Amino acid sequence: MRQDTKMPAEAEKFAGAVAMPASAPIVGSELAIRDLGHSYGELRTIDRLNLGLATHGVLGLVGPSGCGKSTLLELIVGLQEPTSGEVEVGGAVDAAGRLAHCAFMPQRDLLLPWLAAIDNAALALRNRGVRRTKARRQAHLLFERFGLAGFERSAPAELSGGMRQRVAFLRTLVAGKPVLALDEPFASLDAITRAEMQQWLAGALETDPRTVVLVTHDIEEALYLCDSVAVLSARPARIVERLSAPAPRNGDRDEAVTDPAFIAVRERAMHALREGTR
Amino acid sequence: MKRWLLPTLLLAGLVGAWQLAAGTGALADLLNLESFLVPSPAEVAESLWQSRSLLAENAWVTLREMLLGLGCAVVVGLGFAVALHLSETLRRAVYPLLVTSQTIPIIAIAPILAVWFGYGLGPKLWIIALICFFPITVNTLDGLRSVEPGATKMMRTLDASRGQILWRVEAPTSLPFFFSGAKVAVAVAAIAAVFAEWAGSNSGLGHLILIDNGQLETARVFAAMFVLAAMTMALFALLALAERRIITWR
Repeated sequence: MRQDTKMPAEAEKFAGAVAMPASAPIVGSELAIRDLGHSYGELRTIDRLNLGLATHGVLGLVGPSGCGKSTLLELIVGLQEPTSGEVEVGGAVDAAGRLAHCAFMPQRDLLLPWLAAIDNAALALRNRGVRRTKARRQAHLLFERFGLAGFERSAPAELSGGMRQRVAFLRTLVAGKPVLALDEPFASLDAITRAEMQQWLAGALETDPRTVVLVTHDIEEALYLCDSVAVLSARPARIVERLSAPAPRNGDRDEAVTDPAFIAVRERAMHALREGTR
Repeated sequence: MKRWLLPTLLLAGLVGAWQLAAGTGALADLLNLESFLVPSPAEVAESLWQSRSLLAENAWVTLREMLLGLGCAVVVGLGFAVALHLSETLRRAVYPLLVTSQTIPIIAIAPILAVWFGYGLGPKLWIIALICFFPITVNTLDGLRSVEPGATKMMRTLDASRGQILWRVEAPTSLPFFFSGAKVAVAVAAIAAVFAEWAGSNSGLGHLILIDNGQLETARVFAAMFVLAAMTMALFALLALAERRIITWR
């Protein structure tokens, strides 16, 4: 991790706080959302939304339940088409092109119970026609790198919740896509495991940087893991405020979340959330 | 072991009571019948032993019909399930027809099939398959559709084609459902085979039962039914074993 070297610069960053205009200009970005609108029939889920994310940036999306966060994520990765406006990922605006750029980690791990952990992780390679032995060899390298060595042949049912979530994340990484879309990846875990997994993911993103969109209920999780956090309003979702995290993925999670600067931004995010629910 | 204790005790009790009622002639007297028309388990067992080669010969004919008919039912049943799963239009068009096919009174149509296709194996496979494909199709289709939407989405972002989603996610998910359907199919296959043989045949347990009923060989009718039941139980047990071996993740 990078806490020692980067600490001074980061410290300066959190002193001057945090708010950015909701529609910041988008330059050199991996992800650009322009005037995005979406509705299911009569039900408007997203309303003229603008967002941008630079390459290797980590963006958090927080908002009240049912506000359309998951829909927004599916729009980004190309599982759905916008009703109006445009989503551009890695230069592609069509759904197929976006799908080619994004890997999606669903809320529940959804590991296939009939496949060993390593075969679950290697699914994307197998889907692309890579032979099983070769796919396993490739996935095996990541198992070692991310602290899962020795669990390759375990059935998902034999793994703990945290381990399953790690395998699910590796499955997303192995896909080799530049953009990762994570839909409340740790929502189903207990508090202690969740904290551990947040720190683990922070480390994983430092070793293997990707552009990440993280949907979460948990403001602390968002502010610890993400460079910036967009607070969404109740349906139809629009951006209430976009906040910069004081010290993204910086060091020990428990220390990070008790830092005064962190708490200040967290309060601000809470405030924005309340405003958006009103 | 304990699992078998209760059904075994129950069966022994029933057979004992039957032996008591029929062996003493009490049941025949009660029904005002000649005692040879109400065979006791001991007499059935005797007939089973004496006619063993005749029963074995005919049992093999029926077993072959059942196995081949079930084979056809599995192929047709899975074919329909996958086709109806992949095409919404097909499902809307064909599903009601499949349900309708189950309202065909097999007893009525079996003789017609015999007239059309003769006394050979063909019409028997048709009849068995017609009865047995349905539970396989309905169950497997339900299984294919029970896949969590999130899993499909996840597979799509992992570059899976429609075929790969079917093979890697939907097919394994539907396997337990398929086995449930296949078990029902096995249970009714014996009845279907007997109907098919009644409609027109010159061998098989169903044929033997028909002849023996006519000749009042009541003990052998029961013996033939016993063999039929034993075959069905064995097939059912084999299927359950295969299910346990294949579905290891449950």
